[in-house]
Amino acid sequence: MASPFLIAAGEVGGDFFHERSSGTLPCQAKETQLFCWDWARENIDRYGTPTVQHLEIVVLSIVIGFTIAFALALLAHRRHRLQSPMLVATGVLYTVPSIAFFFLLLPVTGFGRDTAIIVLSAYTLQIIYRNTILGLANVPESTKDAARGLGFTDRQILWKVELPLAIPEIIAGLRVATASTIAIATLVVLISAGGLGTEMYGSNFNFPTAILIAVAIIGLMVLAFDLLLLTVQRLTTPWRKVRPQ
Amino acid sequence: MSVHLPFASFGGAIEFIFTPQESNVTGGKKVGGFDKSMELLIGHIEVTILALALALIVALPVGLYLGHIGKGELFAVGIGNAGRAIPELAVIALVATLIGIGMRNVAPALAILGIAPILVNSYVGVRQVDPAAIEAARGMGMSELAIIRKVELPLAIPTVMGGVRAGAIVIIATATIAPLAGVETLGDFIINRNVYGENGLLAGAILVALLALTIEGLLALLQSRLTSDGLKLKTV
Repeated sequence: MASPFLIAAGEVGGDFFHERSSGTLPCQAKETQLFCWDWARENIDRYGTPTVQHLEIVVLSIVIGFTIAFALALLAHRRHRLQSPMLVATGVLYTVPSIAFFFLLLPVTGFGRDTAIIVLSAYTLQIIYRNTILGLANVPESTKDAARGLGFTDRQILWKVELPLAIPEIIAGLRVATASTIAIATLVVLISAGGLGTEMYGSNFNFPTAILIAVAIIGLMVLAFDLLLLTVQRLTTPWRKVRPQ
Repeated sequence: MSVHLPFASFGGAIEFIFTPQESNVTGGKKVGGFDKSMELLIGHIEVTILALALALIVALPVGLYLGHIGKGELFAVGIGNAGRAIPELAVIALVATLIGIGMRNVAPALAILGIAPILVNSYVGVRQVDPAAIEAARGMGMSELAIIRKVELPLAIPTVMGGVRAGAIVIIATATIAPLAGVETLGDFIINRNVYGENGLLAGAILVALLALTIEGLLALLQSRLTSDGLKLKTV
């Protein structure tokens, strides 16, 4: 079997060795060391574009996934018979491994960002859908009765009572979906859609520094989104004191 | 970055799975076909089972125990949240870079990905058990270990199995990129796309998807076999 590393270098990391062997970099002889600060300082710029690409893919996927899952959940909330079939459908989408999913779409949408966003949004459906349904189901019947007694219509009850009370569950689903989307988005490098995976794949797996920097950026991104969502939750549910988990 | 390979088709991919096809880099030697597909499928299943078993051995006792004593919630939930945010590609890349390639290194790395969901779900599953049931068991003179084994675990099975299924999915998915670290799985068709062509790529994707759905189905079946009939009546 041909070494997989050769292909990795040829396809996405072509410029990596070129830059690293140009002779101006301090750590090239010590590739096995865990982290090379000098290289990191000189090369941090190269992570700019992949980080932006990564962010774009994640944000678009979450927005699209949330829109679809939210609509499905509202539909299923009104027609309870649809609940299980939709759970099964989103579950199947979630079970197909993302890498397989990318390439199954290949004959349809080809390589690139569109395929990445389709797959990643499909991935978020299950968790967002499930949590929204759960949140709506957890609203006490007595609360809805009280609203009805005040003369609320069904539509008003949904938007002014049920959904606000379901916000913590919905946000919890979004947090999980966002964290896993940020992680899975590293794989879109396999379909030439860029992102931080480029720096891992392109490092040809013999230079830990390059991989660790990408991992650190991803970790920061996960934390940032988590804090953002917690803040949104705090602002949208002022009646509830939020304890971060 | 353009990729110049024959356009993939589902028909071509199915053909690739069963009959060896021409390749543009092997100098006339045919690639793919049923024997190769089976070989890679078995490799994929092997590494998956090994990793899942390792993850279970580590995560299940810890999760059940922490749930039983009711401590370490931050630890269990923290592991779960962090586990979800680990990029699969980073795990494979770091293992290949820092530790080494081959089954012996890759299986434990994949197991790490499976630990998070199994640990969290067994913790949560045990915590959700009705305290009255545990109290009753203690009153009947059961030892703590017996309570875990005969009361808490059976009642927590649906949640625990949910974690096992999630762990299995992430392990099967990540095993797809294991060829990058020298373990031959179905991902070989995907990673070495210049050898196998786009039909091979698609064939790999089809086989991985089928494998994931099959294993998920089998685990769902196992879950319903393990769940006591009494619980099923309640949860229908």
